[in-house]
Amino acid sequence: MLKIRNLHAKIDDKEILRGISLDVKPGEIHAIMGPNGSGKSTLAAVLTGNEAFEVSEGSVEFSGKDLLEMAPEDRAREGLFLSFQYPVEIPGVSMTNFMRTAINEQRKYRGLEPLSASEFLKLMRDRKNLVEIDSDLTNRSVNEGFSGGEKKKNEIFQMAMLDPKLAILDETDSGLDIDALRVVANGVNKLRRADNATIVITHYQRLLDYIQPDYVHVLYKGRIVKSAGKELALELEEKGYDWIKKEFEE
Amino acid sequence: MAAAPDISMLTLYEKYRDIIEKGSSPQVNAERQKAVEAFNRLGIPSNKKEAYKYTNLQPWFKPELNPVLTNKGFEGNITEIFKCDVDTIDSHTIFIVNGHYQNGSNGSVLPDGVLVGSFTQLSKEHPKIVETYFGKNAPAQEDGLVALNTMCAVDGVFIYIPKNKVVEQPIQIVNLLSGEEDTLVFQRNLIVAEEGAQARILFCDHTLTSNRFVVNSVTEGFVNPLANVDFYNIQNQHNGTVQFGGYYFNQEAQSVLNANYFTLNTGTTRNNIFMRLNGSHAESHLSGLYLTDKNQHVDNFTFIHHAVPDCQSNELFKGVMDDSSTGAFTGRILVSPDAQRTNAYQSNNNLLLTETAKMNTRPQLEIYADDVKCSHGATVGQLDDNALFYLRARGISKDEALILLMYAFAYEVIEKIKVPALKEQIRELVEKRFRGELDKCDSCIICNQLADKFQELAK
Ligand SMILES: Nc1ncnc2c1ncn2[C@@H]1O[C@H](COP(=O)(O)OP(=O)(O)O)[C@@H](O)[C@H]1O
Ligand SMILES: [Mg+2]
Repeated sequence: MLKIRNLHAKIDDKEILRGISLDVKPGEIHAIMGPNGSGKSTLAAVLTGNEAFEVSEGSVEFSGKDLLEMAPEDRAREGLFLSFQYPVEIPGVSMTNFMRTAINEQRKYRGLEPLSASEFLKLMRDRKNLVEIDSDLTNRSVNEGFSGGEKKKNEIFQMAMLDPKLAILDETDSGLDIDALRVVANGVNKLRRADNATIVITHYQRLLDYIQPDYVHVLYKGRIVKSAGKELALELEEKGYDWIKKEFEE
Repeated sequence: MAAAPDISMLTLYEKYRDIIEKGSSPQVNAERQKAVEAFNRLGIPSNKKEAYKYTNLQPWFKPELNPVLTNKGFEGNITEIFKCDVDTIDSHTIFIVNGHYQNGSNGSVLPDGVLVGSFTQLSKEHPKIVETYFGKNAPAQEDGLVALNTMCAVDGVFIYIPKNKVVEQPIQIVNLLSGEEDTLVFQRNLIVAEEGAQARILFCDHTLTSNRFVVNSVTEGFVNPLANVDFYNIQNQHNGTVQFGGYYFNQEAQSVLNANYFTLNTGTTRNNIFMRLNGSHAESHLSGLYLTDKNQHVDNFTFIHHAVPDCQSNELFKGVMDDSSTGAFTGRILVSPDAQRTNAYQSNNNLLLTETAKMNTRPQLEIYADDVKCSHGATVGQLDDNALFYLRARGISKDEALILLMYAFAYEVIEKIKVPALKEQIRELVEKRFRGELDKCDSCIICNQLADKFQELAK
């Protein structure tokens, strides 16, 4: 589903991703861990088409298509979703209008008719229940005045609405209390299917107690320095990142 | 040495003096005489005058234009034909064509004693009202454009709400411009809400034909003690329009005025919006939204005068500016020495969509009282790239995301509209405008049906 080969990316001539390769197949859950500043969010930004970063080398294939050639909106329409580490507040744009526009633009791309008002409302209701989000949140402007936890839940709600093929969750667990964490994890697990995949970016083991990854990768200084099964996460939890830093310091 | 003022418009007045004065009331003509002297002294302000620094109207007001100084009228029964076609806004509608009142009322019955009609006619019939109010607010002795208006304007709308009368229906004034050659239009309006009266008044400014229009329109508004007035101006004129609009309000004790200015399309617009808070515990809420593109220019010059203690004013103007359009905002607030416990808030926020769009914004605070709460803020910024990316990352196209964000910027002003049907229509108009589907007034849903009919009729 996703094939990343030797990906390099920079910002202001500073190279941040320094040769990343990764394969994600349908049905899989990958965890990407690593200390702060190692490039995890940058990887997510480059995959979703944030123009602040420049890809200097490498390729990314998504469902057989050249992902790096596509506009951000087309990547989303192809089924890529990012739960932002820092969701953006957009005063004046209502959640309802935002979601209706997003869904109908995605449907149009796939040659489907727009949802009718009642179909849309039903979908909203279903998905709200699925992720246990306050009904009040969807009556407000996008993320405006939401608490940290509400913002993260709202990302998962959007994921549930858009039903992506590949979701990247960037530190969706950080700043969540245990209840919110459970809600987020439940949402992800309920949406899991044989034909979709998830990349969970985190630097704690905590979320991985609820979402069982098939693979764990350690990203350090723009490179994947270690890949293994879920036991790697436990090891990191125990030993911290220092041994990684020592081992891979140049 | 200062350049001599441009008083070339005097020749126009002299040429048509008989026509201008013939139908007018003696009191209005008496003010006219004073205005002639004032205009002789002041002339049309150029951009050398501080208040007109960002908008030079001198090149536009020229006697060569074709003036409309009499009511040209039209064939047919306008009352029949204009009978309420607008079903979304249930309003008492009247028509002004090139500054002249048409008997186009939709026939709805107004409460007893409420007057809505021709300025020329009603000013003759009600000399007492004219004596008390006319010329008392508009600064004909200080501003050359107001002097010019007072000198040349013949007609407009006259609205009088007697004591404690409540007009439930919005009163809608459709100001239409129509002509075959470059046309000069003068219009003079008088609005009086007596003690405890309530009304909602809506001015819609439109163009029907594609020739150039130069408009000088002055409105005086009096909001007496305990009166409550909502005033809306929706301007949707083609790019060949140059409009000077002077709106001069006086508020007495415990009165509330909401004034809202929407410039959806224009060529060059200069609004002078003056509020004098002249009675304690009066409240003034002023807002504006201007959406400019191409080479349009919009200049809102606002002046709020806190003349007495314990009044409150709130001011919010927002602009979305595209292409090479230009704009200006002046927020003058004057707090007189006696006006203790004044609350005055002002903000002006602008969104520039291109590097060539330009905005000049300046607060001008003159505070002579010491117990005053006053705040002002001005911003000129671009769209938030993070928000744009966030929307696109959910599959929304760049164009659609831009429209959502522009609308999000504007909505705060739209939300201030208190007539629900009007709010809904402005929402739609603004969205259409952002989509580029509202180039001219002929797509305006507020009165396009009526405008079409008028055009048929005018043939
Ligand atoms: N917009 C930016 N401008 C400049 N440097 C950036 C920007 N975004 C990220 N970086 C830098 O890139 C590196 C990786 O950051 P990031 O991808 O956010 O790390 P992580 O998500 O792993 O904590 C850091 O050194 C950070 O300072
Ligand atoms: Mg990060």
